[in-house]
Amino acid sequence: MTERSELDAQSYVLLRLEDRQFALPAKRIAELVPLSRVFRFPHCSPEVEGVLIRRGRILAVCDISPRLAARPLKNRRLYLLAVRDFAARPESVAVPVTGECELISAEMTPATGGQPPHVRGWISHDGNVIEVLDLDNLIPGPTAAPNAVQAGVPQEALP
Amino acid sequence: MKLKPQTTATRRARRSEQMILFRIAHQLFAISANAVQEVRSADGMTGRIAEVPRAELRKVRHVVQRGERTVYVIDGGIQFGIPAAQSALVFVLRDLRAALLVDAIDRMASFTALHALPEAFCHEERGWYRGLVILDSNVIPVVDPRGLLSRGDLDLLDANEHAPAANRREVRASA
Repeated sequence: MTERSELDAQSYVLLRLEDRQFALPAKRIAELVPLSRVFRFPHCSPEVEGVLIRRGRILAVCDISPRLAARPLKNRRLYLLAVRDFAARPESVAVPVTGECELISAEMTPATGGQPPHVRGWISHDGNVIEVLDLDNLIPGPTAAPNAVQAGVPQEALP
Repeated sequence: MKLKPQTTATRRARRSEQMILFRIAHQLFAISANAVQEVRSADGMTGRIAEVPRAELRKVRHVVQRGERTVYVIDGGIQFGIPAAQSALVFVLRDLRAALLVDAIDRMASFTALHALPEAFCHEERGWYRGLVILDSNVIPVVDPRGLLSRGDLDLLDANEHAPAANRREVRASA
């Protein structure tokens, strides 16, 4: 299969942040879930709001709106559980969205140099050109992880 | 009746760790009970206590000389950036030269699972916490005692300790 045909007609989830529309590759979206309680504790990662519990797992909640639309998302109705590839392993992150999400099929034009790293490319839909987001460059990740809980083991029994 | 042999995974899952749940202002934290050697009231610390000049390391306010051992007392409110902490208790930490000032003990609890801190937390806090535990549908961060004072912090504090006594102000000495 050629590189071109791999890029052809993939599925994307469109989401609206304030007055702008963005797209995420559908294969990176695990679920769309209702809002639930966000637990907060002291930390130094401003992009992370807190965590939520989903099916016994603890997921970070990251609002990407301040970075893309310059302010926090106001009318949040759902969380998009998106998979971000961290250095050690992929992990789901809850991204608040308004609920105006749509699944479409489109061909992406890959981004060329000079674009912000979180722009993976563009798709055309209903006469609009929509940025396809690269979650790995949008949601922060560790540069070093001296955590006692080993990567690759999201939940471990205590010794 | 034949019993199903217990697998390693099952045995692992049934092990538990006792933790002390404590508060600093409104925030609940957990720390392994094994990591705490003593719990004292903030006024009841024994040993020669001296103030540490603020410029050295803001979170360390006092140093306690307990026999041969120098223990640096860390203000939990400053450590975790929580204002209005009313520190009343000191956790003297086992095998470390650190003690942690906290507001109050909430309770003891036993946990069988420690959840990894999600990778999106990617700054200093990765050193602060061993992970997260879930209790009564609440998520509580588990403090990593080793993350409270780095090697560099200790070097800085030790250098001050060995500086001329004029740099330190003794608060009190008690038996």
